[in-house]
Amino acid sequence: MTLNISRRTALKTAAAAGALSVAGMPAIAAPKHGGTYTIGMSGGNTSDTWDSRTHSDSFMINMGAGCVFETLTEVSSAGELVGELAESWEASPDAKIWTFNLRKGVKFHNGKSFGADDVIASMNMHVEEGAKSAAKPIVSSVEEMKKLSDHQVQFMLKSGSADFPYLVSDYHICIFPAGQIAEAIANGIGTGPYKVVAFEPGVRAMVTKFEDHWDADNRGYFAEVEQIYIGDASARVNALMTSQVDAINRVDFKSVKLLDAYINIDILEVTGNMHNTFPMLVGNAPFDDPNVRRALKYAVNRQEMVDKILLGHGAVGNDHPIGPANQYYASDLEQTEYDPDKAKFYLKEAGLSSLNVDLSVSDGAFAGAVDAGQLYQNSGSAAGININIVQEPADGYWSNVWLKKPWCACYWSGRATEDWMFSTAYESGVPWNDTGWENERFQSLLLQGRAELDTGLRGEIYREMQEICRDEGGTVVPMYQNYVDAKSNRVEHSGQTGNLWMLDNLRSCKRWWSA
Amino acid sequence: MNNVALIISKRLGLGVLTMFMVSIIIFLAVNMLPGDFAQALLGQSATPEAVEAIRRDLGLSKPIHTRYFDWLVGALQFDFGTSFAKANFSSYAGTSSTANFGTVADQIAPRFANTLFLAAVTACIAVPLSLLIGVLAALYRYSIFDRIANVSTLTSISSPEFFVAYVLILVLAVLNPVFPSLSNIHDGMDFAQKLQKTMLPALTLTLVVTAHMMRMTRAAIINLLASPYIEMARLKGLSPFRIILFHALPNALAPIINVIALNLAYLITGVVVVEVVFVYPGVGQLFVDSVKIRDIPVVQACCLVFAAAYISLNLLADVMSILSNPRLRLPK
Repeated sequence: MTLNISRRTALKTAAAAGALSVAGMPAIAAPKHGGTYTIGMSGGNTSDTWDSRTHSDSFMINMGAGCVFETLTEVSSAGELVGELAESWEASPDAKIWTFNLRKGVKFHNGKSFGADDVIASMNMHVEEGAKSAAKPIVSSVEEMKKLSDHQVQFMLKSGSADFPYLVSDYHICIFPAGQIAEAIANGIGTGPYKVVAFEPGVRAMVTKFEDHWDADNRGYFAEVEQIYIGDASARVNALMTSQVDAINRVDFKSVKLLDAYINIDILEVTGNMHNTFPMLVGNAPFDDPNVRRALKYAVNRQEMVDKILLGHGAVGNDHPIGPANQYYASDLEQTEYDPDKAKFYLKEAGLSSLNVDLSVSDGAFAGAVDAGQLYQNSGSAAGININIVQEPADGYWSNVWLKKPWCACYWSGRATEDWMFSTAYESGVPWNDTGWENERFQSLLLQGRAELDTGLRGEIYREMQEICRDEGGTVVPMYQNYVDAKSNRVEHSGQTGNLWMLDNLRSCKRWWSA
Repeated sequence: MNNVALIISKRLGLGVLTMFMVSIIIFLAVNMLPGDFAQALLGQSATPEAVEAIRRDLGLSKPIHTRYFDWLVGALQFDFGTSFAKANFSSYAGTSSTANFGTVADQIAPRFANTLFLAAVTACIAVPLSLLIGVLAALYRYSIFDRIANVSTLTSISSPEFFVAYVLILVLAVLNPVFPSLSNIHDGMDFAQKLQKTMLPALTLTLVVTAHMMRMTRAAIINLLASPYIEMARLKGLSPFRIILFHALPNALAPIINVIALNLAYLITGVVVVEVVFVYPGVGQLFVDSVKIRDIPVVQACCLVFAAAYISLNLLADVMSILSNPRLRLPK
């Protein structure tokens, strides 16, 4: 499977559209307003609330940033950064001062009009005393916020960050009405194209079109959206097949073929940044030797893992965390292939003739991690590497195994920008650097890239960083895992869906329409 | 009559004692669950400070016996506390009052009502059906009908619930779209809509519980058919149907009532799998979701509700069989 799934799907759609237009039908009908859109979604919890700081799974992300709320910027289906509540933005040359021009004429669902105060109050929610926001690191990089006018805000950052406009597209940083935040959290009051009708945490949510939305003609086409929490993968597939819902997320890989056979169901498959990893704590022997790490990278049969663990719904990884949904993904970087001879060679460089290592795995790390470990064990044995599989309990995996055991299985959903990803898990000394790996050149490139506004130069910097990760880093990244969702032909989209998250970046309610 | 009152009050006393024991077991067991709420809530994105902040807010640091008695006293007044998830949420929001977000009791009540609804619908189908089949099977025992009834009910009880559920979905939702495969009932629906949505899970459960009740009915009646007074009735020239309905059945009621009560208890406490397959918002799903996020107050309250349902239905069965049996009702 190639990496450019989205491009290929786009080509296929274009070809189909061509065939249709020959038959005298329009390629893709213009978006239509009205209709009900029902989604069967996983990832719901009885603890769900409208507080976007706590949103961590698909149910609430789709309902929050995807329906009821809006963020300053958003990543479009094509992967470009566009304004949502911000009209435009500009940076000082050192990327330290960012000025955002906000949209005018925007109203909250309770009638309050939107302005600079709301942005400042919403940002402050993440850093207030006792707040438990996952977006805290983003917001705490802001030294000072200034309201220049009612519709202009200036952010002074502690250090230059070229990615800042990307970071504020994060689904945690939804804009709430200043002064009414508690009320807005209790009832779900935002500026989004849908307002809340009913919400039963862990069961369902129902929203209806907000007529006073600033762009009611071009986003949020449905008259109402109902989202039902369906935790069981087979139940989701059933619901779609019996037309109880119009779209589902996280299609079980085993059901894809079955669903694909239905003429009125479309599979949406994109390769994004989600990747499975095997991080080694490089402070521990034998992983402290770069040659051992390289040997282990050559000892894994990536294609086999993609074929057997992901049933082909993925792509091979190249030992760095940057994926096809990233702007500066180096797709032309030479791929590390399965090569027992090279693995042996690097073992010899390390002064070893064979290697015995423990690999801690659990299906709590990612689905199929135990099987992946066994494949690794098998492919490694040809290179004289004896991998001992240690099965860990899924319960408490992230607190007891990850970051603690010398070598384990792990996954990352990836980040929208290179800097964000690297500084979350690869920068020297950050808490989630799950290998403890430090590299001087990498670190200086990271700081240089962060404040660099020139895209050409950034491309070079991030390419080199991906290369360093691949060759020296402590993480084996065997594969990218696709987002596989499905929809019925009762709903339509523009022909391209985003690959940053599932279901068109979890923005399908705002972007799709009834056929 | 005093005797009956004594027997019943003894049973009730035993029931209360059992509940007390169960409450201790529930509390200890739930507290021994591995992992903790803060980490389960934050998942991989848990930073140590966030975890610490949540634990502190929830008072998880108090000694276990203090927490138990606080909980028990509350539970006796139907106050199961505030769900961790909600309490945590209110601390995020910075609003001081948790009253806005409801208590555990508020959270469980609508779910429990849904579960009772499903149990009631199922019971309305399953109880008459299995009694009827049971009586007919006893009447025409060893006939083709008896064998078919036995084999088919035993087959459905022997298959895992989810398998029965999927077969029904295939037949009644996919191939012949009679009933919806999703049973997501909610308050906005009227009774007929709810009934339609509930039909598939109710039918699944019917298939699961029928065999037990039907076979007990059949066995109890057949057992009695060998007794002399039935022979007398037969010699009087009564019709077989009349013999079974008016002479045998009343005497077979005690074991039948017992098995019906057990199955009703099962319909309330054992339907988790069916609820998950049909996405039915009952208390079983709430229970599973709460275990998933270690929402201890909700888990404890659900366990207690389950235990109470089980114990009270068993008590009811005991009392009913005492009342239906003259030998127990009027001891010498």
